[in-house]
Amino acid sequence: MAKIAALVLILLSAPMLLAAAEPAASDAEAPAPVRWETWHAGNDVADTASLQRGARNFLNYCIGCHSLKYMRYQRMADDLQIPGTVLNANLVAPGSTNLDYILTSMPAADAANWFGKTPPDLSLIARSRSPDYIYRFLKTFYSDPSRSTRSDNLAYPITAMPAVLSELEGVKAAVYRDVKSPAGGAPEKVFDHFESIAPGALTPEQFDGFVRDTVNFLDYVGDPAQVERRSIGLWVVLFLLLLSAFALALKKEYWKDVH
Amino acid sequence: MAYETVSKTGQRRAAQAGLWGWINQRLPVDVFWRSQLSEYYAPKNFNFWYFFGSLALVALVLQLVTGIFLTMFYKVGATTSFDSVEFIMREVQYGWLIRYLHSTGASAFFLVVYLHMYRALLYGSYKAPRELLWLFGMIIYLALMAEAFLGYVLPWGNMSFWAATVIVNLFGTIPGIGPGLVEWIRGDYGIADATLNRFFSLHVVAVPLVLLLLVALHLVALHEVGSNNPDGIEIKDKKDVKGRPLDGIPFHPYYTVKDIVGVCVFLTLLAIVVFFVPTFGDLFLEKANFEPANPLSTPDPISPSWYFTPYYAILRAVPDQRIGALLMLIAVVSFFFLPWLDRSPVKSMRYRGWISRTFLGLFTISFVALMWLGMQPAQEPYVSMARIFAIPYFAFFWLMPFYSRIDAVKPVPERVTFHG
Repeated sequence: MAKIAALVLILLSAPMLLAAAEPAASDAEAPAPVRWETWHAGNDVADTASLQRGARNFLNYCIGCHSLKYMRYQRMADDLQIPGTVLNANLVAPGSTNLDYILTSMPAADAANWFGKTPPDLSLIARSRSPDYIYRFLKTFYSDPSRSTRSDNLAYPITAMPAVLSELEGVKAAVYRDVKSPAGGAPEKVFDHFESIAPGALTPEQFDGFVRDTVNFLDYVGDPAQVERRSIGLWVVLFLLLLSAFALALKKEYWKDVH
Repeated sequence: MAYETVSKTGQRRAAQAGLWGWINQRLPVDVFWRSQLSEYYAPKNFNFWYFFGSLALVALVLQLVTGIFLTMFYKVGATTSFDSVEFIMREVQYGWLIRYLHSTGASAFFLVVYLHMYRALLYGSYKAPRELLWLFGMIIYLALMAEAFLGYVLPWGNMSFWAATVIVNLFGTIPGIGPGLVEWIRGDYGIADATLNRFFSLHVVAVPLVLLLLVALHLVALHEVGSNNPDGIEIKDKKDVKGRPLDGIPFHPYYTVKDIVGVCVFLTLLAIVVFFVPTFGDLFLEKANFEPANPLSTPDPISPSWYFTPYYAILRAVPDQRIGALLMLIAVVSFFFLPWLDRSPVKSMRYRGWISRTFLGLFTISFVALMWLGMQPAQEPYVSMARIFAIPYFAFFWLMPFYSRIDAVKPVPERVTFHG
């Protein structure tokens, strides 16, 4: 009896096993292609510690070229619970005060000369693109010696931005595979996976955390009131639901005599 | 009747005494209150669909009030508009709330107005004697479209710029005067600072004034002929000895307390969007509009706000731009002719036959499908699908003189009925 039950179980689960086995079989030949287009930032703007780390990352690595022209240092410090001493000692750029907007010191005209275009202001990048987009962008730089920046990007091909985080992430190469062209003719090169050329100061997990924190910070900067908005919203909706209930009771009372 | 709690003589005596009396002898407040609210009789069988008239008024007030506060900080100009909107979002106390209420309110206004119009299609509310009421409503709808388009340009984001470019260029398809007219509207050779300034003027002064006047006319016309109802019966045909409609109840307090419930539920839903999903997945605030206007970078795809996309889909379904623009115009204007296209002896869908119901059903599906198609890129299969769905859309209107006449009808009851 037990044997029969086991057999039934195996038969029932066979399609699932087959489905699970299929990618495993191709795994033996080559690792599954990296589908970076489906990566998600998975950030949480209510995580203040992550936002603090993101602010640190931005002010150490990004502000050299990028501004947050709609964001003041003090507003950021207030929202992210950064003490004034830490703000003024470590975060406010030389020449700025805590009441100033967060601006790069790189002159726009020079930047345009050096990179071919002025690096964009990032105040609204999380809104005009998306946190997922920034995450994919920062994680898909690869070495391309043919370009003047010696790197390129999968999420934003022929980007003018160099792989500035490579000291943390390390340098990686993009490996392509041939895919038969549907129209026939020469096979197409399709991205398959990254290969490490040189390690960076951070492990892959640490670098992933670094990028997520930075994306989280940019998400916050895109709409700084969003955490407050959601917490107020809960009370507003609860109040309105209560008001609706009272209004409905009043209506029922009045309508008793309508037939 | 139970609802006659205060005698009329008592009311009149109160209206003549004291300060209230002093005012009433000089201004017909009391007369107005009685004739328009407490002794204005509305059918007692209003259902869900009858909330949207009062909700449209609430949405209008919401837009006016939030708009006044936005105008206090908004700085019109090609170099200042975008920055000032971000200033409102970040540095004005609760500026984000005012702005999100205004941007969400615009979409809410259209949703409510579309449901209000759909009610008229369901119950034949445009038919005699309410043709003029319907026409005023339709002109309000046109003014609202203009108001929404003008307001959409004001943040001066990249979608603002390109939407303005596309829509204003439509006037260029008018034979002869087209190109000159476009230049006259823009005040420049492209969408520019001059265009932004005049759109601001029209958005905050001219069109709101027109809207308020039209809403007043819409309400006066409504109270002259009285409301239709889900049965499509004229309640004024059956009156009691005092001349009050047997199927009517005073608007106040019955419908004021009922509409307050609708307003509370509406505000709850509005608050959920404003506080938790203000962009509504790119439908209420689009990603491309968080980039400043840039004449050198075209967003892909350019799509108008969701409430314009059914017409936009029709515009793009035609290869010839001039014919496309004409068809789009006809798609909007067709609504105006409904009172004369409809030859059915009954008003309400409840008592019409399967042909009318089928045409309305197909129209409903087409409108929603075209709305979705207008948001898709201008390529196959979407363009062909838009052509297919445009057929039932136009057939609903322009075959109506035939199908509404031959369609079987059920007997209409003498008195109003209640359905759940």
